[in-house]
Amino acid sequence: MNINLNNITTQVRRDILRMVHQVNSGHPGGSLGCTEFLIALYFKIMKINLEFDMDGDKEDLFFLSNGHISPVFYSVLARRGYFPVSELKTFRKLNSRLQGHPTTHEGLPGIRIASGSLGQGLSVSIGAALSKKLNKDESLIFTLLGDGELQEGQNWEAIMFAAAKKVDNIIVTIDLNGKQIDGSTDDVLPMGSLNEKFQSFGWKVLKIKEGNNLEKILETLTHAKSITKKSKPIVILMYTEMGNGVDFMMNTHAWHGVAPNDEQLKNALNQNPETLGDY
Amino acid sequence: MIKFTDLGKKDTRSGFGDGLTELGRTNNDVVALCADLTGSLKMNEFKKENPERFIQVGIAEANMMGIAAGLTIGGKIPFTGTFANFSTGRVYDQIRQSIAYSNKNVKICASHAGITLGEDGATHQILEDIGLMKMLPGMTVVNTCDYNQTKAATIEIAKYKGPVYLRFGRPKVPNFTNEKEKFQIGKGILMQEGSDVTIVATGHLVWQALKAGEELKKIGISAEIINIHTIKPLDSKIILNSVAKTGCLISAEEHNYYGGLGESISRVLAQNNPVPQNLIATNDTFGESGTPEQLMEKYGLNSQSIIKSASEIIKRK
Repeated sequence: MNINLNNITTQVRRDILRMVHQVNSGHPGGSLGCTEFLIALYFKIMKINLEFDMDGDKEDLFFLSNGHISPVFYSVLARRGYFPVSELKTFRKLNSRLQGHPTTHEGLPGIRIASGSLGQGLSVSIGAALSKKLNKDESLIFTLLGDGELQEGQNWEAIMFAAAKKVDNIIVTIDLNGKQIDGSTDDVLPMGSLNEKFQSFGWKVLKIKEGNNLEKILETLTHAKSITKKSKPIVILMYTEMGNGVDFMMNTHAWHGVAPNDEQLKNALNQNPETLGDY
Repeated sequence: MIKFTDLGKKDTRSGFGDGLTELGRTNNDVVALCADLTGSLKMNEFKKENPERFIQVGIAEANMMGIAAGLTIGGKIPFTGTFANFSTGRVYDQIRQSIAYSNKNVKICASHAGITLGEDGATHQILEDIGLMKMLPGMTVVNTCDYNQTKAATIEIAKYKGPVYLRFGRPKVPNFTNEKEKFQIGKGILMQEGSDVTIVATGHLVWQALKAGEELKKIGISAEIINIHTIKPLDSKIILNSVAKTGCLISAEEHNYYGGLGESISRVLAQNNPVPQNLIATNDTFGESGTPEQLMEKYGLNSQSIIKSASEIIKRK
């Protein structure tokens, strides 16, 4: 596909900001921090079928466990062509398919599981990975988890299981922005070395030190794909900046779940000029 | 009407295990998951015959529910197996979000339900699971009464697309339903016709209701007995047709009366035909250690309780 990923990135940031501003709710911080990652996945890395089918036979599947970053998920799905971009204006409104947190319940193409209550996405992804193995389907499962979300115990059941059962058709990425609602992850509940933890559980660990650098993300994801099917699940520790691309939203956890006001929106949009056309 | 006789004592969980074994042979999409209770759930035969379709998750029920939800993506039909307590209360949010709200085709199969689990005591005896599951939008709730019905239900729910909670028990109890009877989700079964009182029973209480019916006949009370295996969706038609004739009803279940079958029936009666109802159920309490028979007697979940209740309720018509 001949596309300018930087233009898409800027446009997706605008979508995120405008969506949360419009309803004065939603989660811009984590969404902006994972914009480059989701664009890399959906526009370059994953083999996908835009004619959405729940079973996703012979295509790569993505699961978002930290469902609160729905704005970036919705924007990337729409910009990729799963549903009309104009539908982004219904985000979090009554009778919308774009619920506050992603759901299959309203039949939005691209969504395969509800998420929002944290800590459940990894188990679901493992199930989908096992389903692919049973179906002799060679395609892959990609999953994104928040770092704060790792405080949920179910993840560690899943992490233990995936290594023990050699679930090696899955690439899990941790959005390591070091922040959660109440403050930094180190202040709320320090998790120690995730590298050592995952390694001791038997996972192959990769890192993206510049988690908002598209080239670095593509490089690591491409490498990750090349080392699947080798008896080990793969995790990528991706160091991101919450609120990336909007100067006043960066270096703070303040924008985890707060929408910008009119003036702040104007300032943020000025930093991200329109590229593909606003919805 | 057919007179039901005990064809020999068998546990309902073996009905599940044998049903699952049959499904393993006939449906390649069926996958079984277990959280370290393969023997208790009678899943060994399925495991032996289909090692690639049996997933041992270890003592990690939350992960099991999530994996089951994920397996449906790709067309698998996962059956999870553990005790009722660990199939519901322990994993409520996983079921709520990843299975019910996501409308995943998972069959949550729960053994050792109720107080007949016996000696292990209240930590393992869940009496709240029907309530927990029936409150979830879109969840089908089935509670079977004997070996034959459990086997038939296990096979039938694989054909139905959507989340199902299948509840059964630990002890050996009379096996009395016809093994050839087709299991129909959402359809109550008229076991005995009668005119004075309707007894609607589910699970292990169905046999107790039949026994009570015989005794009541001797004292001149004609009981109509309905076997409700599907608590949700509830067959309100069979219940309303019966009370139109009898004018009063007793519900009987191995569950807390908060959230159980009785409450679902009360709603149907209140909205359509408010006749007197007595509820045979546990009275907002936890269970305790003891043999199944001792516990059923102490908590008033047997034929004697139903007989006493029937003699009382017909005076309130």
